Amino acid sequence: MYLEELSNAFGPSGCEDEVRQFLARTLRDKVDSLQADALGNLIAFKQGTGPEPRLKVMVDAHTDEVGFMITRIEKNGLLGFRAVGGIDDRMLMAKGVLVGPKRLPGVTVAPPIHLTKPEQREQVIKIDQLLIDIGADSDDKAKSLVSIGDYVTFDTRFQLLGSEGLRTAKGKAFDDRAGCAVAALLADEQYPVDLYLSFSAQEEVGLRGARVAAYRIQPDVAFALEGTVCDDTPKDRDVSPTTRLGQGPAITLMDRSFVADRRLVALLTETAEANGIPYQFKQPGVGSTDAGVIHLARAGVPSVAVAVPCRYIHAPVSMLSMNDFDHLVSLMRASLQALPEKWPGTGQR
Amino acid sequence: MKELIKKLTETYGPSGHEEPIREVIRAEVEPLADEIRIDALGNLIAIKKGQGGGKKIMLAAHMDEIGVMISYVDDKGFLRAQPIGGLDLSTMAGGRVQFADGAIGVIAPEKRQEFRKEPELSKLFIDVGAADAQEAKKRLGQAASFVRPFADLGQRIVAKAFDDRIGCAVLIEVLRRLDVTPHEVYFVFSVQEEVGLRGARTGAYGLEPEVGIAVDITASADTPEAPKMAMKLGAGPCIKVMDGGMISHPGVKNLLIETAEANDIPYQLEVLAHGSTDAAAIQLARGGVAAGCVSLACRYYHTPSEMLDMADVENTVALLLATLQKTFEL
Amino acid sequence: MDTVPLLKRLSEASGVSGYEHQVREIVREEFARHADEVRTDTLGSVIALKRGTAPEPRPAIMLATHMDEIGLIVSEMEEGFIHFQQVGGYDDRVLLGQEVVVHGRQDLPGIIGGRPPHVLPMAERKKPIPYDKLLIDVGLTPEELAAQVRVGDLITMNRQMVELQGGLASGKAMDNRVSVVAAAICLEKLGRMHHEWDAYAVATVQEEVGLKGAITSTFHLQPDLAIAIDVTFGKQPATPDEHTYELGQGPTIGCGPNFHPRLYEALVDAAKALEMSHQIEPAARVGGTDAVAMQVSREGIPTALVSIPLRSMHTPIETVSIKDVERTGRLLAHFISHLDGAFLDSLTWDPYENADEE
Repeated sequence: MYLEELSNAFGPSGCEDEVRQFLARTLRDKVDSLQADALGNLIAFKQGTGPEPRLKVMVDAHTDEVGFMITRIEKNGLLGFRAVGGIDDRMLMAKGVLVGPKRLPGVTVAPPIHLTKPEQREQVIKIDQLLIDIGADSDDKAKSLVSIGDYVTFDTRFQLLGSEGLRTAKGKAFDDRAGCAVAALLADEQYPVDLYLSFSAQEEVGLRGARVAAYRIQPDVAFALEGTVCDDTPKDRDVSPTTRLGQGPAITLMDRSFVADRRLVALLTETAEANGIPYQFKQPGVGSTDAGVIHLARAGVPSVAVAVPCRYIHAPVSMLSMNDFDHLVSLMRASLQALPEKWPGTGQR
Repeated sequence: MKELIKKLTETYGPSGHEEPIREVIRAEVEPLADEIRIDALGNLIAIKKGQGGGKKIMLAAHMDEIGVMISYVDDKGFLRAQPIGGLDLSTMAGGRVQFADGAIGVIAPEKRQEFRKEPELSKLFIDVGAADAQEAKKRLGQAASFVRPFADLGQRIVAKAFDDRIGCAVLIEVLRRLDVTPHEVYFVFSVQEEVGLRGARTGAYGLEPEVGIAVDITASADTPEAPKMAMKLGAGPCIKVMDGGMISHPGVKNLLIETAEANDIPYQLEVLAHGSTDAAAIQLARGGVAAGCVSLACRYYHTPSEMLDMADVENTVALLLATLQKTFEL
Repeated sequence: MDTVPLLKRLSEASGVSGYEHQVREIVREEFARHADEVRTDTLGSVIALKRGTAPEPRPAIMLATHMDEIGLIVSEMEEGFIHFQQVGGYDDRVLLGQEVVVHGRQDLPGIIGGRPPHVLPMAERKKPIPYDKLLIDVGLTPEELAAQVRVGDLITMNRQMVELQGGLASGKAMDNRVSVVAAAICLEKLGRMHHEWDAYAVATVQEEVGLKGAITSTFHLQPDLAIAIDVTFGKQPATPDEHTYELGQGPTIGCGPNFHPRLYEALVDAAKALEMSHQIEPAARVGGTDAVAMQVSREGIPTALVSIPLRSMHTPIETVSIKDVERTGRLLAHFISHLDGAFLDSLTWDPYENADEE
C-alpha cells in the first residue's frame, strides 16, 4: 500500500532519498520517463493519449517531511538538534525518533514530572534546550555512530484504524506523503493530457523543489496535492475548522501563497458533482503550498491546490480518513480526463 | 481626469478577482493601444509600438485593491474573513464591504472594548443582513472590497483604492496623450500586487523589458505626528530612491530627476522604510531589469479614505510623458 | 598577493547595497588582473571569467561573493540635522556615538548623536534609542546642508581597518569584503594551476537587501555548480556555542537542505586533502546567503557555502583571521582545479539505478 510505505519512509527536507527511491521503483514501469535534478525532485512523465497539441499538466506533491538535524554532540553523548521545517516546540518532549543514515532509535529526553516545579511546567521547553539520547555514554561513542548534519525523523509506524466508517489511518508525514501516494496512483491510468508528476523536494523549508521543477516543466496548468490542516476538534467558539475529516478532498481558493485559478476550481467542483464525489473548501488564508511557487514560474501558471484533510499535521503522528484519500484519487483521475474539454486554451482569457 | 479616477476607484477588484476592473480599464485602453494582451495570471497589457531606436519599457500600475475573503459562515449567518493584502484594522470596524454582485456587508467587532484595546481580524465579523444562515453560506470563498464613494475636495481628492487605481489612471492618461516615442512601451495593468507583487513578477518575465517603472502611491509625512519622511502632498511626483522592497536603479532615478528638472516639473525624492511596489518584482526578472518607481504622495493609504493632490497627479503624467519622449542611456 | 592591503582597500571603500560604485571599481580592477574577461551586469554585479582548458561546451562553476555592505540613507533633513533609514540590518544599539561619512556632493564626516544622559530623565537613559530617533550631525547650517546633501544620499561608517594581535583584522564591511578577497586569491592561484572548468567569480550586489545580485547574475550565467562565499558567526561571549565558530581554525563548510550533499562532501574531502583546518556548519534552516538564491535558479543548481568566521557581525568593528581568508581562497582554487567532466555525473542520482534488482 503506497501510503503506508511512503508514510513510514525517512525523508526530512534535504534528505528525501528513501522516498524518491521508493517512488522511482514503483513508477518506472508505469510512466514514460523519470528525471531527477539538483534539488532532489523526481519528475515522472506520462505522455497523453489525446490529439496534439496536448495540455501539459503538472501534478505536484512534496516528498519531504518536517524533521530535525543533529547540530551538536555533547560530552555526555547526548545530541543537540534543530528543526528542519516548521515544527511546534511543544510537540518535542518525550518522543521516539530515528537518527541518521543508520536510522538509530533515540528519544527526546524530558525531566520526570516528580523533579520539576509547577512554575517550570508552565514553560515550553525550547528546542535548543532539548536533547536526543541514542544511548551513547560519551561524545566519542556518539561520534562513532552519528555526525553533525545527520537528519532525524519521528519514529512513527503507519496503522489503519478501521475498515468501516471514516476508515481512519494514523502515521507520520501525511503532509505530504498522502499527496505523493495520490499522485503515484494517478500513474495507473491513461489521460488525454501530458502528465508530469512532480515529486518535489524541500517544500517545508521554502517551497524550493517545486519552484525549479515548474521552471523545467513549463506546464499549462498545475495541481498541487497536499495533506492539509484539519482542525475539527470541539471548540468553544463557532469558528472554522479549516477542513473536516471525512467530508472529502479540500479545495484551496486562496491561502498565504496564492489565489487559485477559478477555472480550475470550477473544473474540480463540477467534476466532483458529476461523479458524486464529496468535496469541501479549505478555509481561505491558511498555510502555503507548492502552488505558491508553481503559479509564479516563468510567465505564470494557472494553479489550484487540493488536499486530504489531516488532523495533527507537523506532529509526530497525524490522522486521515482513507475515504477522503480515495475520493481525492477519484477526483483527480476524473478531472484530468475532463480537463481538455473544460480548459479554454492556454494563456488568453 | 477626475471622472476616470472616480470610475476606477469605485470598481470592484480585490487581488485575484480583478475581472471587473480589468474590463473597465480594457475599455479605456483598447482604442488607444496598438495591441492588447491578457497573460496567464490576468495582467492586462497595452502595447504602444514606438518609432524605433529606443528601449523596451514596462510601465506598471496594479489593478488589484486590498479586501477580504470570506473564510467561514457561522451557524447564525455571520461571516468571518481572511485578509487580501495588508489591512488597517483600526479603520475597518464600522466600515462596509462590497461583493462582486454588489451586495453590501457591515464589518463589526465582537466586543467593542476588547477590540479597541487589542484589534485583531479574528474579532471582527461581517453582517450581510441575511435572513438565515443558509442564504449567507453562499458567500463562503467570495472576495469583497471596502466601499466608500469618491469625494472631490477641489485641489485634493479622496477615495478608497487610490492604491493603485490612481496609477492605473495615470497610465491610461499617459497612453492617451503619448503620440510619438522612440521606445516600445508596455503599459501593464498588473494583478495581485497587494498579495506579493505576483502579476508584475510573471509579467516582467514574459515581457523581458530593459527598463521598468512602476507608478504607485507612497506615504505622506505631512499629517499630525507623522514619522519623519520627505514626502508630502502637492510637492510633485516622488522619485523613489528606496523603499522596503527595492533600491531603485540609480540610472533610472537620475533619468527621472534630470527629466523633471529639464521640464520644470516639481518632484520629491522618496525614501520609505516599509512597503514595496511592482518595481521590486520587475527588477529581479530573468537577468535583472533597470527598475524605478514614480509615486504619488498619499495620506491615509490602505484606509477607505486615501487622499491625493491633483497637481501631483497631473505632474506625474507630465513626468512620464517627458521621459518617454527622448532616447536615453542609463 | 598581499592580502592585508587589498582587504584594507576593500573594507574602507564605500559600497552600500544598491550603490556599490566605489567598491565595484576596485573589484573590477583586482579581478581583471587574474581573469580573462570582466564585465558588469544590469544590477551592477561584477562578473569575472577565468576560462578552463576542457573543449567546449565546458561546464562552469560560479563563486558568489557579495560586495555590498549595510549602511544608512538620508530620509529627511531638519534644522541642519539628518534623519536616516537603514539599508540592511544594524542593531540600533551600535549606531549611537558612531562616526559616519555622508556621501553627498562630497564625503562629509558626521556623528550619530543623541541627547546627553545628563539632561535625560532616568528611565530614558536606560533604554536604547531606536534608529528613527537618532540624528546625524555633520556640523553644517541648514542652508549649507541643503546645498551639500539630499534625500537618498548614502551613509557609511567612518572606520579604518586595523590589525589586531594574532593575525586578526577589524574594520567595517568585512561582511563581505573578506570573501571578495578570498575570491581574488582563488583567481590568482588558478592562474598558476591547470583547470578544466570555466570559473566565474561574481561580486554580487544587494545581497544584504534580498540576494538580488545573486538572483539575477545566476539566472544570466546558468552555471553548473554554485558556491557562495560569505561570513559566519565567530565565537564571542553571550552567543550560543553551537552557532559560532573559532577564528583561525579555517573556513566553515555548510551542510543542510540548501547545499548539495555530494558537493558538500567533495569540499570537505578537498580540505582534508590539503590538510587544511576547516569546520562543519550545519544549517537546518534555509536562509541568509547568496547560496539560497543560487540553488533555485532556473532548473536548480548544486550549491555549497564556504564561510569565514567573523566576530561582531553587522557592526563597524567586524573581526576576522587573515589566515582564514587565505585558506578559503586556497581551498576553492584547489577544488576548482580538480573538477573534471565526471564530477557533475557523480552528483546526479539516476532514478533508474538498480532497475534490474527488483
